[in-house]
Amino acid sequence: MASIAPGGIPDFLDSLFRSESRRILASLIRLLGDFDLAEDGMHDAFAAALEAWPRDGVPDHPRAWLVSTGRFKAIDRLRRSARFSTSLETLAELPDEGPSGWVEEEGVEDDRLRLIFTCCHPALPLEACTALTLREVCGLTTEAIARAFLTAPSTLAQRIVRAKAKLRDAGIPFEIPARADLPGRLEAVLKVVYLVFNEGYSASSGEALTRPDLSGEAIRLGRLLLELLPDPEVKGLLALMLLQESRRAARVSPEGDLVLLEDQDRSRWDRALMAEGKALVDQALASRRVGAYTLQAAIAAVHAEAAEAPATDWGRILGLYTLLARVAPSPVVELNRAVAVAMRDGPQAGLDLTDALLARRDMAEYHLAHAVRADLCRRLGRTEEALVSYRQALGLVQQGPERRFLERRVAELQT
Amino acid sequence: MKYICFGYLDVQQWATLSQDKQNAMIDACFAYDEGLKKDGHWAGGEGLQGPDTAVMVRLEQGKVSVTDGPYAETKELLGGLLILEARDLNHAIHLISNHPGLKMGPWEIRPAADLDQMIRDSERRRSVSK
Repeated sequence: MASIAPGGIPDFLDSLFRSESRRILASLIRLLGDFDLAEDGMHDAFAAALEAWPRDGVPDHPRAWLVSTGRFKAIDRLRRSARFSTSLETLAELPDEGPSGWVEEEGVEDDRLRLIFTCCHPALPLEACTALTLREVCGLTTEAIARAFLTAPSTLAQRIVRAKAKLRDAGIPFEIPARADLPGRLEAVLKVVYLVFNEGYSASSGEALTRPDLSGEAIRLGRLLLELLPDPEVKGLLALMLLQESRRAARVSPEGDLVLLEDQDRSRWDRALMAEGKALVDQALASRRVGAYTLQAAIAAVHAEAAEAPATDWGRILGLYTLLARVAPSPVVELNRAVAVAMRDGPQAGLDLTDALLARRDMAEYHLAHAVRADLCRRLGRTEEALVSYRQALGLVQQGPERRFLERRVAELQT
Repeated sequence: MKYICFGYLDVQQWATLSQDKQNAMIDACFAYDEGLKKDGHWAGGEGLQGPDTAVMVRLEQGKVSVTDGPYAETKELLGGLLILEARDLNHAIHLISNHPGLKMGPWEIRPAADLDQMIRDSERRRSVSK
């Protein structure tokens, strides 16, 4: 194949790393049974490719080459470190190199799924599952995950170290669960996948509003899961992600600023994603078990059905949020319900609900609660109160575009 | 990202080792450091002489004062530091977890602070005050 000039190899490897490193890592974790060793092996393999490919040409199956080389290099590492260790136990535990030492290309997607189920294993606390999945499956750094979870990096790093140790010490097999165990194991996976999506759709901090690659990753994981298990909630989650994703282009202005749903240019919504999402919502709603993801997707579908913002069926949205608050009660759902009330019954009704929510400790630190209050006061013409709430929201907001949005609102009110 | 790693040495344990064992430990540490260099993870490092060689410089009533010390009475002495180039904090932890020096005492890992914004702000302040 060797159609790439030697000078182009570094760039080719860079793009290969970006597109394939998570798959390669998953296969190496299966082959080596150790996360960290797999990561070392993968980096060794890319380094080896940088040396070998300009000389020998790009192999026919670059990914298989990298997996095989990574495994070989990792085993080599173990041998070297065993020389310095007092016991030979490590050497005895070295993985078998196999007859050919070559790794098959098939089953690569299964490796990723195995990795997801392992990272979301019930033996691990949920917070460890999300951290591990984001780092090992999605390739986020510890520091980025810590920011996403508003946690200190040192805390998160310990969580990851403990999770890996637990998987290793408990001898948890790197496998897809048996069909009978799947539904139970799936719930944790769905939660993690949606967190990944949200990190890509609404990056928790920093200047960029969205990271499409992460959302794309979550959607891909969702599709993969749906293939494995056509559970209504997998459909619901995938539908929710697709419907949100369909609005991505309209959600951010050319200047990188946040555009609210009501102000979005709906002609820029992705019709294909919307149609796919709506079809999945209908399938999920037709099942008898309607879960939180399906309800959220149904809400997103109501928005998608409105050609213009004023045409939105807020009564239906309120009904869905009321159901959602029963199925999966949370402060965020309550806040969204208050917004739906405001849209259907007027800002004062929404403000009453929002004020009741803000009196709760878990809401006082949530910037969107203050932003909602500010917006409702603004609509009621209570400018001074609106400004106070906008400033409270500004004191809590982490994300650059959201901050600029709030600052614009403050500036508008002050003129 | 850069991580500054402080390696501590349990001096009492070290003193109990035979010359051969000490040499083996030193060799293992240097071999590991060479591996870090080869893999592009080494961004610098130094061993430290003992605390009896330390001097403290401070301002006292506007005058520079230089004294010995501090002779902290600790079992574990700061023996050296190395600067790692790692993907993230867990990668740095992994690299230090395999360091043979860990057998002789704990390591403290501190992420390097990103001073870019602070430097830009400072440069702006200094250019204005000129």
